[in-house]
Amino acid sequence: MDMALPVVNATAAALARVSAAFNAPFARAVVFGVHIDGHLVVEGLLITVIVFQLSRKSYKPPKKPLTEKEIDELCDEWEPEPLCPPIKEGGRIDTPMLESDEGVQWAVQNGLHLSRSTVVYFKHNDMASLASTLEKLTRGNKRAEKIRRYIVVESIYQNSGQIAPLDEIVKLKEKYRFRVILEESHSFGVLGKSGRGLAEHYGVPIEKIDIITAGMGNALATDGGFCTGSVRVVDHQRLSSAGYVFSASLPPYLATAAVSAVNYLEENPSVLTNLRSNIAALHKELSDTPGLEISSHILSPIVFLKLKKLTGSPATDLDLLETIAERVLKEDSVFIVTSKKSNLDRCRLPLGIRLFVSAGHTESDISMLSSSLKRVSASVLSDYL
Amino acid sequence: MVRLPYTTALTTLFSYGLLFAFGQLRDFFRKLIDWFKAKNVKGYAPICLGLEDFYVRRLYLRIQDCFGRPIASAPDSWFDVVERYSNDSNKTLQRTSNTTRCLNLGSYNYLGFAAADEYCTPRVIESLKKYSPSTCSVRVDGGTTKLHTELEELVARFVGKPAAILFGMGYVTNSAIIPCLIGKGGLIISDSLNHNSIVNGARGSGATVRVFQHNSPAHLEDVLREQIAGGQPRTHRPWKKIIVIVEGIYSMEGELCKLPEIIAVCKKYKAYTYLDEAHSIGAVGQSGRGVCELLGVDPADVDIMMGTFTKSFGSCGGYIAASKEIIQHLKHSCPAHLYATSMSPPAVQQVISAIKVILGEDGSNRGAQKLARIRENSNFFRSELKKMGFEVLGDNDSPVMPIMLYNPAKIPAFSRECLRQKVAVVTVAFPATPLLLARARICISASHTREDLLKALDVISRVGDLVGIKYFPAEPPKIAEAGHDKLE
Repeated sequence: MDMALPVVNATAAALARVSAAFNAPFARAVVFGVHIDGHLVVEGLLITVIVFQLSRKSYKPPKKPLTEKEIDELCDEWEPEPLCPPIKEGGRIDTPMLESDEGVQWAVQNGLHLSRSTVVYFKHNDMASLASTLEKLTRGNKRAEKIRRYIVVESIYQNSGQIAPLDEIVKLKEKYRFRVILEESHSFGVLGKSGRGLAEHYGVPIEKIDIITAGMGNALATDGGFCTGSVRVVDHQRLSSAGYVFSASLPPYLATAAVSAVNYLEENPSVLTNLRSNIAALHKELSDTPGLEISSHILSPIVFLKLKKLTGSPATDLDLLETIAERVLKEDSVFIVTSKKSNLDRCRLPLGIRLFVSAGHTESDISMLSSSLKRVSASVLSDYL
Repeated sequence: MVRLPYTTALTTLFSYGLLFAFGQLRDFFRKLIDWFKAKNVKGYAPICLGLEDFYVRRLYLRIQDCFGRPIASAPDSWFDVVERYSNDSNKTLQRTSNTTRCLNLGSYNYLGFAAADEYCTPRVIESLKKYSPSTCSVRVDGGTTKLHTELEELVARFVGKPAAILFGMGYVTNSAIIPCLIGKGGLIISDSLNHNSIVNGARGSGATVRVFQHNSPAHLEDVLREQIAGGQPRTHRPWKKIIVIVEGIYSMEGELCKLPEIIAVCKKYKAYTYLDEAHSIGAVGQSGRGVCELLGVDPADVDIMMGTFTKSFGSCGGYIAASKEIIQHLKHSCPAHLYATSMSPPAVQQVISAIKVILGEDGSNRGAQKLARIRENSNFFRSELKKMGFEVLGDNDSPVMPIMLYNPAKIPAFSRECLRQKVAVVTVAFPATPLLLARARICISASHTREDLLKALDVISRVGDLVGIKYFPAEPPKIAEAGHDKLE
């Protein structure tokens, strides 16, 4: 309040002086019969200054596009890399660093990438990690409710033989309002009392799973794949799924083979009991293999054997496994395979030997395999036991 | 090139506008009625937002009976189409057990291998008994049979390259190979009308993608110069490699690619070329070897040649033919080779037999006959259609000929009327073509006889008059010849 008064007085004095200047006789003029007051002159000057500034070009650094000659030179100089990298000697497939991480197969990874949606990975088959990721994504996020959200899992993971715990996933899905996409290539025709897959195995009503996809090259012994869901979901895919619209349809004989396979499974559920007893027998016999341990689920038809002690170098690990496979084939005519990894695959699960059990195997086949494998791995891995 | 007259464009736009308006009206009433039903599961975002499936619900479903017609026999030149009916104005269609015998103008049966063939079928049945329908295994594990290695060598020899690799599905061949060849830091230049599988492969690879005007080597050169001089976006580092992707025959236009000019441009600027011959392998060329043979291009000039077995060979699957080093690299790194079930052995045997017939190695000249017949048939059909005044796209020698329809109402009219007269045609609309450019696509086969073609021409001409798609003036019939003869 004290400070305000002198300021106000000073301003008033200044204004009085200015108005006096304006009202001085020389500030008035009569131009063409119109009275020009002094303040009009000042305003005119100000407007002139503004217009002058506006009309000046702003400074831009001059643009110099490349001349034709320069482009020619650049094109001549440029050397492309070779179309494919040179093949290393030995021709083994490159192995990435081993860490435990998300483990979906490449087909799923590619689909996720092409969908142009935001993809968040959680730890392989770890429900606690899934729950915490879901919590993080939805907490306090009002926008999250408007967008479509999916949990993508495989029933039996191709890269590790683990089985996804569907009952827990469904509980989480209902709590956080996500939809579930289930990839059932290896469990269709294998899990469940009548072979209907993971949902039957866990006793989860099938309506709770929104989309199920599966390849028919495994239990159904044909080629191709299918996708099921509600009528709305499937009808939408008839025009919007790129692989369906822009691709030729399955040859009729393969479709017939699939139909016959499903009919056979419905009429002869004993194949499932054979398969299960074979898997159990294999687990029992291979539980004491020197140097190798079973890392897949006890019900999975993909039996995954990995090295008990890693040598520290992925290339040596793969060498050992491949040697075991080659020797088993040569000495006992048993065909087993190691897992292969493409360098485009971002899955980081460990490599191992994969055994695919069939209902057609007999008990003697299983015992022949296990004795051969035990003998060969004992000799190959003798330095690493 | 499509020459869209102004009046047609206006009427087409008006029709689509009307359909859109009616669709919105029905949606509004549906929302009103559903308000009282409240059947949507609470808390979940709807699986299709708003206008995403508007086209399917309000436009496509109205004419759903023109698409996806089930057939009940092999897709030969005449086949059985299953009759369907609908009780709820085309929302769902019910099949009956009646079939109609129709002339087939829609299947990619270029050389007639779709039906039972005297050389191929017995061998296929034998291989089915010996190897079973599926190998149940990936190629690297247990899925490579003697047939697979035989076919790879045969395909490489047929196409003129040192080595080849096979895949179970044509779509996957493109979308899984392109990411193996190029990655981040590379540039893909693709034709603006390339197939969806190439687009997906390019997106999946992570490389930058630029598009050049359809079939224009001049524009390709401009794009190449600009890109090489500019380098990668933002950092301006030089590109690691550049791949130019073109197709042999574009399936929606029926045009051949201007291959010699494009190869010349690519060689000048050191870009790699990738040729997708899905529709042209086996169907064009003196001995069926594709566009390279037809246009006189040496296969060694094209870096990678891709093709499918679905069209001319009556099977399923795809292949890539290139140099030995590239194929070796692909066998080690391509996910489709390492993870996907291998091609079905009977399908492999079908391709082996078909290629042997085409090359004449089965001891007869049926292959050469088929190739001559398909060329004759396509040229005859195309010239007759043009004479009648239809707007037909495509070049000579190409067995694919799209007839422009434009208007959305003409699509079901043309399709249903032709079916009533026992000719089955395929009509294509959005999303496979641009919205305003709907067309009916005719695929000619070597197994069509001259009578079949004349009947087809007759039916199409009558239906064309009825529906009003003769956009160009028809040529008058030749009456002057009688006068000339008198003078001789």
